[in-house]
Amino acid sequence: MRHIISLLVENRFGVLARIAGLFSARGYNIDSLCVAETDDPTISRMTIVTHGDDKIIEQIEKQLNKVVDVIKVSDLTDTEHVERELVLLKVKSEKRSELMEICDIFRTRIVDVGLKSLTIEITGDEGKISALINLLKPFGILELTRTGKVGVVRGEK
Amino acid sequence: MKTGAEILVDALKEEGVEVIFGYQGGAVLPIFDVFYRTKDLRIVLVRHEQGAAHSADGYARATGKVGVCIATSGPGATNLTTGIATAYMDSISIVAITGQVPTSMIGNDAFQEADIVGITRPITKQSYLVKDTNELYRIIKEAFYLVRSGRPGPVLVDIPKDISAGMGSFKSIKEVSLRSYNPRYKGHPQQIKKAALAIKKAKRPVIYSGGGVISSSASEELRELVEKTGIPITSTLLSLGAIDGTHPLFLGMLGMHGTKYANFAITECDLIIAIGARFDDRITGKKDEFAKGATIIHIDIDPSEISKNIFAHIPIVGDCKMVLQELNKIVEKPEISEWVKKINGWKKEYPLEWKDDGELRPQYIIERICEITNREAIITTEVGQNQMWAAQYYKCKYPRQFLSSGGLGTMGYGLPAAIGAQIGCPDKIVFDIAGDGSILMNIQELATAVQEKLPINIAILNNRYLGMVRQWQELFHGKRYSYTSLEVGPDFVKLAEAFGVFGIRVEKKEEVDNAIKKAIEFRGPALIDFRIVREENVFPMIPAGASLKEMIDGTA
Repeated sequence: MRHIISLLVENRFGVLARIAGLFSARGYNIDSLCVAETDDPTISRMTIVTHGDDKIIEQIEKQLNKVVDVIKVSDLTDTEHVERELVLLKVKSEKRSELMEICDIFRTRIVDVGLKSLTIEITGDEGKISALINLLKPFGILELTRTGKVGVVRGEK
Repeated sequence: MKTGAEILVDALKEEGVEVIFGYQGGAVLPIFDVFYRTKDLRIVLVRHEQGAAHSADGYARATGKVGVCIATSGPGATNLTTGIATAYMDSISIVAITGQVPTSMIGNDAFQEADIVGITRPITKQSYLVKDTNELYRIIKEAFYLVRSGRPGPVLVDIPKDISAGMGSFKSIKEVSLRSYNPRYKGHPQQIKKAALAIKKAKRPVIYSGGGVISSSASEELRELVEKTGIPITSTLLSLGAIDGTHPLFLGMLGMHGTKYANFAITECDLIIAIGARFDDRITGKKDEFAKGATIIHIDIDPSEISKNIFAHIPIVGDCKMVLQELNKIVEKPEISEWVKKINGWKKEYPLEWKDDGELRPQYIIERICEITNREAIITTEVGQNQMWAAQYYKCKYPRQFLSSGGLGTMGYGLPAAIGAQIGCPDKIVFDIAGDGSILMNIQELATAVQEKLPINIAILNNRYLGMVRQWQELFHGKRYSYTSLEVGPDFVKLAEAFGVFGIRVEKKEEVDNAIKKAIEFRGPALIDFRIVREENVFPMIPAGASLKEMIDGTA
């Protein structure tokens, strides 16, 4: 099963390598990984999407907790949370109006217009993004880059 | 203002360091320059950096203090890695200090540059590259704090030459605390209660003691548990000595070369009390068949060990010593006299045995060393048959007496570890039980032993084979002895003498006692070349991946 794990770590060099190494040494997969500083510049947040059965996920979380520079590990999967990913797509613009129509429906932003292509920015959850990618495939996707998922636990209501 | 090297030495002394095992080199020159004028620090010049790491490890295991080793950048640092990995696998407290090329040259493929922080990342608890002389003191304090706390393990500090030569200052730190690191020592009271209840209800319980009992100095508490409950106890290789090897409830080692009665007991038990052990594959054999149906209580300071290999029904995360203290307060004696009787029956029926036919056999040698040293010597081992015979036949009295590379299985560990142990415990008799293969892997350390005037003893069980591998070839590879014969080997007595070590050759059983006594009496290092029968095997044995029931022995 797919899990989204959110980590707070000391913002030091070598921490990312230690965490990446932990996954590779044990043969666990990282589906996506997103790292950046938090509001406190001494702390970074990492969001890791991984998959595995309950036993593997339990080991991953324990191993992450064991890393000296890891401050907090939380598995967002089973808690109410919001997750988002940003994707940039460069798409052939031969059928420009049809393309723009789809972009409108998906509330994407067009961030660059070329002679033969449009570059589209979309933010959203996995469902929305994969739906858009599927729709754009027939137009011809020239390039695609995604940030990897970030997530946050929902606030108290 | 002081130089980085001076700050380093100040911090090391503040941490109570008395001995450092190391080797010179370009990138550590400023540090050794300070060593030169530091009086109250014993610097042991090893002859290969791997020896430095193992000696620091042997020192740490024998004394319970932190072992410290130092090497220069590049090859010096990479030579440490096997020793660091050995300490990591067995959770031993060592601090490894490496020199590094100056910060301005890092990443330039400079002379003797290696990314040692990167190389050792998977085999250290934590590692540091010091980039500012003003940070050096804090980093050393943190390194010692990490090595000593929680689950022990090696920490590496990489110090570029301009940092050790440069000037800096520091503010004294009394107590280190890290927001990201808070090991839990106290076991959860509810879990401890559950464990006590399970023990009380058990019909066929066994205690399975691991290296964590030694590292948390929990032997007293362990013995109290054993004696209060009357539960039989088996031990891993790393836990030998946690309880007296002749204790009536002690079953010896379990697992691949464990006693038959320990493995029978584990297979038929209904409760395992695992203490500071990690259910390694050499212990469990085939995991699905391991202690089927038994309830598992697992006490360990590292939460990631819980249910990693074998599911734990009653996990207790905490320091072995503290958890046992709490458990001992409430535990009650279960009704298990039938069970103990059954185990005692197995003990009588399937004792550890070897063929006493007048030939020079390794088991006899270990038994003699055991008796002559009154079971009180510090035993280090190499890896292979020598290690298993030592574990089976040397009945240790105390913890920190049996030092062996369990997890990594490092050949070449025993001699440098003996050096470290002897330096840490100058009043003890130290014996390295070696094989003729392993001993050559760090034979250069004989020079260190001579230089330091250490009365260590080396017993080479010389069968002119890589005996354990040959045994596997005999049993599982149709006796095809592919590259395991060491017929061409050195004359160990001459080799010893060349180093200035007292050498004795023993070819007959009758000569054994005399040789052992002569070696012990000799004031410096002594080496005995025991020319044992060539094709002796270690039994009982569980083939890799088989269940604990499938033990084979010499008679089968």
